[in-house]
Amino acid sequence: MPMIEIKNVGKWYGDFNVLADCTTQVEKGEVIVVCGPSGSGKSTLIKCVNGLEPFQKGEILVNGTSVGAPGTNLSRLRSHVGMVFQHFELFPHMSITENLTIGQVKVLGRGKEEARDKGLKLLDRVGLKAHAHKFPGQLSGGQQQRVAIARALAMDPICMLFDEPTSALDPEMINEVLDVMVQLAKEGMTMMCVTHEMGFARKVANRVIFMDHGRIVEDADKDEFFGTPRSDRAQQFLAKILNH
Amino acid sequence: MLDLNLDFAFLTPDVISGYIVKGFVFSLQLTLVAMLGGIVLGTLLALMRLSSKPWLVMPAAAYVNTMRSIPLVMVILWFFLLIPLLSGRPLGAEMSAMITFTLFEAAYYSEIMRAGIQSIPKGQVAAGYALGMTYGQTMREVVLPQAFRNMLPVLLTQTIILFQDTSLVYAIGAYDLLKGFEIAGKNFNRPVETYLVAAAIYFVICFSLSMLVKKLQVRIAIIR
Amino acid sequence: MADWDWQVFCKDTIEGEVIPRCFGGGGDITYLDWMLSAWGWTLSVSLLSLAVAIVFGSLMGILRTTPNRGLVFLGNAWTELFRNIPLLVQIVLWYHVVPAFIPALRGVPSFLLVVAALGLFTSARISEQVRAGIQSLPRGQRMAGLAMGFTLPQTYRFILLPMAFRIIIPPLTSESMNIVKNSSVAFAVSIAELTLFAMQAQEETARGIEIYLAVTGLYFISAFAINRIMHFIEGRVSVPGLIAAGGK
Repeated sequence: MPMIEIKNVGKWYGDFNVLADCTTQVEKGEVIVVCGPSGSGKSTLIKCVNGLEPFQKGEILVNGTSVGAPGTNLSRLRSHVGMVFQHFELFPHMSITENLTIGQVKVLGRGKEEARDKGLKLLDRVGLKAHAHKFPGQLSGGQQQRVAIARALAMDPICMLFDEPTSALDPEMINEVLDVMVQLAKEGMTMMCVTHEMGFARKVANRVIFMDHGRIVEDADKDEFFGTPRSDRAQQFLAKILNH
Repeated sequence: MLDLNLDFAFLTPDVISGYIVKGFVFSLQLTLVAMLGGIVLGTLLALMRLSSKPWLVMPAAAYVNTMRSIPLVMVILWFFLLIPLLSGRPLGAEMSAMITFTLFEAAYYSEIMRAGIQSIPKGQVAAGYALGMTYGQTMREVVLPQAFRNMLPVLLTQTIILFQDTSLVYAIGAYDLLKGFEIAGKNFNRPVETYLVAAAIYFVICFSLSMLVKKLQVRIAIIR
Repeated sequence: MADWDWQVFCKDTIEGEVIPRCFGGGGDITYLDWMLSAWGWTLSVSLLSLAVAIVFGSLMGILRTTPNRGLVFLGNAWTELFRNIPLLVQIVLWYHVVPAFIPALRGVPSFLLVVAALGLFTSARISEQVRAGIQSLPRGQRMAGLAMGFTLPQTYRFILLPMAFRIIIPPLTSESMNIVKNSSVAFAVSIAELTLFAMQAQEETARGIEIYLAVTGLYFISAFAINRIMHFIEGRVSVPGLIAAGGK
């Protein structure tokens, strides 16, 4: 059974077709990168996976559970699907430690001590142990995003969703975040990443998906995607991204 | 031209504790009850108005807009007339004032909380949900604490206005700070002096509170 | 509560008899006559107070944005003084205390004293809006005006104020509606406006719900009318391409 299965998903904002007949899947332990021009629907697609965006047509299964089905407990499903946002979305009124523990305590029902230990261990792993007592506003963008990854990992996710995790960062901070992601991929985490970081894709992705106008135009193995010629639009897009 | 002939000597500690303290305590009580009740109710109204269900949005909007377009004195009179009709027994001016002010202020606090909730980026809600939190948990843990903190100066400013407005219970004869001074002024035939002292007390309280709010505003702006 | 008695408005205020045409004649007045006259008082108090408030509020708001420290202090002190005393207390002060100090004011009708009280109370709030409006303009505007050789008053007159007033029309609109609501406090010094009418007519007729509904309705209508007038003004003076704060 694949970890994430997306079948013929369609979504409309009124008359506007945001997602059209999208079908793909992510196997356990697989890392796939989703790219495409802005407005192509890639962020919308990844938000459909944990039900943050509703969709009108098709089906999405996460570890066998249907996301769109009326009887699904979405909160429970989300509690073991980690998500990292473009703008970090740490909670500014809580310290870093509180950010790391709130979900464990309130959603998973863990004890405060246990949650704290777990949070600090993960904070250490992303190299920020010294900042545990600070507030998000006192950290740089790259540091905040690493905390956000640790926050998601603290929930013991079965897979991770990354929604443009580096596109709001200054260039010199991108690598510190990518390093954490590469490390995670190498440890066998199932990951679906919306990103334009083709270096990251080359290094760890199994497959690359290219989207345009709400459609999955290309869904290929990494080597195939970067090697042999494919659709014109994907070529143009790659040329633009790789040429600078 | 000026005709100054003031004598404050009659305001002895006995007179103050006999006439003023009782009214002052009631004014403070009324302010606190209406503030706490109004903020809780107002937050509920704000959440109703921001929900996606028309049957929650419409009654909340109608309530808030109606309350905000009627003069407070008329609202006080309305409740003083209606509460005994509905409950079947008279409640007394003080109790009636507590209920009226709580329900009236809820409309104003709800507009503040609504603005506060709307000022929180959508991504924060998404992040709460992504951690597996329910709607209630996301609101309680993530959105409302931030909205409340951002809006604290405005909520306090509204409370200063509320404290000033408590003087309007005059319309139904409740015994508040102003009433205490008025009665003392009548009994000692010194209305000019008592009104002056009453004004000074209101001014000192409201002015110092508004200075505090200004300081708080600066601090919150720094944290953000 | 089930049965309405709207005929109460057609009753004579002295004998309590229903008068067929609802309007009294020859010295008699009905409750309807009384209510309409009370509405007139409410509107007169409101509009005159608004005029007072705009004049003093603008002046004080402008003073607070000038480079002169003394003028800024004057504007600030004015605003804090009139903002931090309850309206009812201010009305009582104008009615009982000010004439005691200034004998010349002893013959002045209480109507005018209430206008002074409500007008100055509201001027503090308008002063805040005017100050905020002027300060929201880019600093370069003031410098550009001075650089062209305008004096400071000319810079205000021709450059800053025309823009600031357009920006503050929305808050000014809600303040104008507030003034109608606040005029109800005048009941406390026996101005024969709507709220005093409501209290007295309720007592005399025991038809409180009908009376209160009618009075509440008149307050609604008055506030709504002011809202429409302000929107009309806003539309007339709007400048293409200039986005006013809180526009439609």
